[in-house]
Amino acid sequence: MAGGEKELDEKYRQLDEVIERYGHQEGQLIRILKEAQDIFGYLPEEVQTYIAGKLDMPVSEVNGVVTFYALFHTEPRGKYGISVCMGTACYVQGAQGILDEFRRQLDLHEGDTSADGLFTVKSTRCVGACGLAPVLTVEDEVYGKFRRQDVAKLLRKYRRREVIAGDQRAERPDRYPEETAPGH
Amino acid sequence: MINGLNDLIDIQKKRLPDINARREKPGDAAGWQVLVCTGTGCTSSASHQVREELAKQVQLKKVQARVIKTGCFGFCKMGPLVVIYPGQTLYCLVKKEDVAEIVEKHLLEGQVVERLLYEEPASGERKRRLSDIQFFRAQYRVALRNCGLINPEDITEYIACEGYFALADVLLNWTPAQVVDAIKQSGLRGRGGAGFPTGRKWELAAVAEGPVKYVVCNADEGDPGAFMDRSILEGDPHSVLEAMAIAGYAIGAREGYIYVRAEYPIAVDRLERAIAQARQYGLLGRRIFNTNFDFDIDLRLGAGAFVCGEETALLRSAVGERGEPRPRPPYPAQCGLWGKPTLLNNVETYANVPVIIREGPAWFASLGTENSRGTKVFSLAGKVLNTGLIEVPMGTTLRTVVFDIGGGIPEGRQFKAVQTGGPSGGCIPERYLDTPIDYESLKQLGSMMGSGGMIVLDETDCIVDIAKFYLQFSQDESCGQCTPCRVGTKRMLEILERITLGQGQMGDLNELEELSREVMDASLCGLGQTAPNPVLSTLKYFRDEYEAHIRDKRCPAGVCRALLDYVIDEEKCVACGLCARECVAKAIIGEKKGQPYFIDRQKCLKCGACLARCPKGAIYTA
Repeated sequence: MAGGEKELDEKYRQLDEVIERYGHQEGQLIRILKEAQDIFGYLPEEVQTYIAGKLDMPVSEVNGVVTFYALFHTEPRGKYGISVCMGTACYVQGAQGILDEFRRQLDLHEGDTSADGLFTVKSTRCVGACGLAPVLTVEDEVYGKFRRQDVAKLLRKYRRREVIAGDQRAERPDRYPEETAPGH
Repeated sequence: MINGLNDLIDIQKKRLPDINARREKPGDAAGWQVLVCTGTGCTSSASHQVREELAKQVQLKKVQARVIKTGCFGFCKMGPLVVIYPGQTLYCLVKKEDVAEIVEKHLLEGQVVERLLYEEPASGERKRRLSDIQFFRAQYRVALRNCGLINPEDITEYIACEGYFALADVLLNWTPAQVVDAIKQSGLRGRGGAGFPTGRKWELAAVAEGPVKYVVCNADEGDPGAFMDRSILEGDPHSVLEAMAIAGYAIGAREGYIYVRAEYPIAVDRLERAIAQARQYGLLGRRIFNTNFDFDIDLRLGAGAFVCGEETALLRSAVGERGEPRPRPPYPAQCGLWGKPTLLNNVETYANVPVIIREGPAWFASLGTENSRGTKVFSLAGKVLNTGLIEVPMGTTLRTVVFDIGGGIPEGRQFKAVQTGGPSGGCIPERYLDTPIDYESLKQLGSMMGSGGMIVLDETDCIVDIAKFYLQFSQDESCGQCTPCRVGTKRMLEILERITLGQGQMGDLNELEELSREVMDASLCGLGQTAPNPVLSTLKYFRDEYEAHIRDKRCPAGVCRALLDYVIDEEKCVACGLCARECVAKAIIGEKKGQPYFIDRQKCLKCGACLARCPKGAIYTA
């Protein structure tokens, strides 16, 4: 597919820019990998090899770093990444039950991504919004005081967004969440 | 561009009226100042919408008011927070829809919007002023001095609060040895967890030989349930930059690195802005204050590995490698970043430094206890009314923190324990609540200061489950290099899992203790050496709860699902049907307004949603 290739070329061009910016600085591998992951959505073998080549490092070294840190993933993710905070405050307020409920409703037995490729669900390290515990994030949106019973509603909301938006993703600010958490 | 002390004083003079108005000191700042918290907690509950709406309406109605972004006020439970000066009026849980009323009533008519004021839970009294609220009254802010007071994205506000004056003083009037001495005399100890004397660390780095040295800041807060470092970075990033420059001068370094978690986007963003502004003002870079001192700071991103809180692991990760710890010595002071002498402190430690220089080491040493000077920031969370960020003098009792500042346990439940120190710490039961908090006293109780996470547990929390939670965390985060940590914690976790599933044996408890000791003794780094703490401390104080799981196959707190059955009390059930609506498994059977409902044990997922929903308290676990 020509369009797909073009898109891929564009991604590699962006990656080149990143390597250009940080590659000459010592010890910026993690930064480069993070930016690469932001560009490609994940870090497939080819991207790791590409980065290793550009930085003149063994691929094994790059892969060793990728596999060491929780931030990096090597498999494609769903369109919406749902991260359930597993900080202690969230845990004692029932975060495990919420995670289990997502897995049950999305039928996730092995792996974290739903069959329709829409949702990836995983636990995450402390978000640091303990006053809103239990907390989860969907991409950049934060949902506080979440309850197990809200799981179905949340999934419905994003599925509906897909139907409405078609292929176009709703616009969202870069960093700051846009919506109020349910239960507020 | 700042060339000398006079430039700094000029900026301060210009901005001081604003700050004085917020400090309630006489000044001539004109108009209202409306401060909106933009820390992660408030941002998560959409404080930016409130801020935008405020700015919009202020402009629309031509009110003489400025809307100002600040860092965390600490009162996270009540966010989004808005404070209005003059008058120091605190509005809680402010929504976008409330803004019109605030602008109309408060800013135009000068009246208070009563319904948005904080209501003291004990007395039901509405408190108008921030400083009258119990949560703030027992606190003493040193490291958090500027959080919630200044706009973290505006360097001149930091300068107005005497920011960079300590650096100026040190560069113009002090010798490096005097700086190290001052830190030593202050008695400051590392706030990252271990509590190593900071001045001693600086001394070691200062005497280390070599033309190139580094100053590093550990901003990789990995403890679950801890967010004080993040709040300082978000609320007062310049205090860390200033302290690092002072440290650089003291030990003879010209470069600094902040190792910050990539998962803290707001903190990273504010740090980047702060560094850029400091460079623009000449407070970082070459010939600072026209002296021969050059110093610059760069960021390095952490990518999510708890073990990187360990200093040798952090230093490896900061140069882009796998964050695996190595044995010490050599210590980072001799062999750190790229093999060069390196001074490594955590965010909160640095945040104290400029104040120590300004107010003098004796002042700092007068706070706190004999062996633990100064104050400590805690992130208070869990089953406590006022969750948030607090700072108290060392030696404050746990009871004051949990019950006075924290406001006690919600919903009339019983206090069970307070967990301090995260995965390296332990659980402290009620009978030790009057213990003054310092490094030694917590250690004596089998817990730890750690970085300052404090999670309150109530009677509905299962102690075995909590121990399992922390051990699971340590097991996941073990770097796997050394066997005691990798395999030992795994075996311990298996035992705990068995116990929570009702398959434990009494011998398991002794085995847990034995394994704990071995893992502690034989592990390479702090992660493994402290990983068994949650298990040991809970075994020590809550052994009966472990025994109930093993002997009676019962979870007294009603958490371990394999040991529970959810039952509806027929006497109490009014057949309202709320429980059945809540049940995702459709396990609750009955007819509205008919006979009492009942729960199909086969279908029940034991999620507890019905129990939480029942208005009559008719559902219980057995």
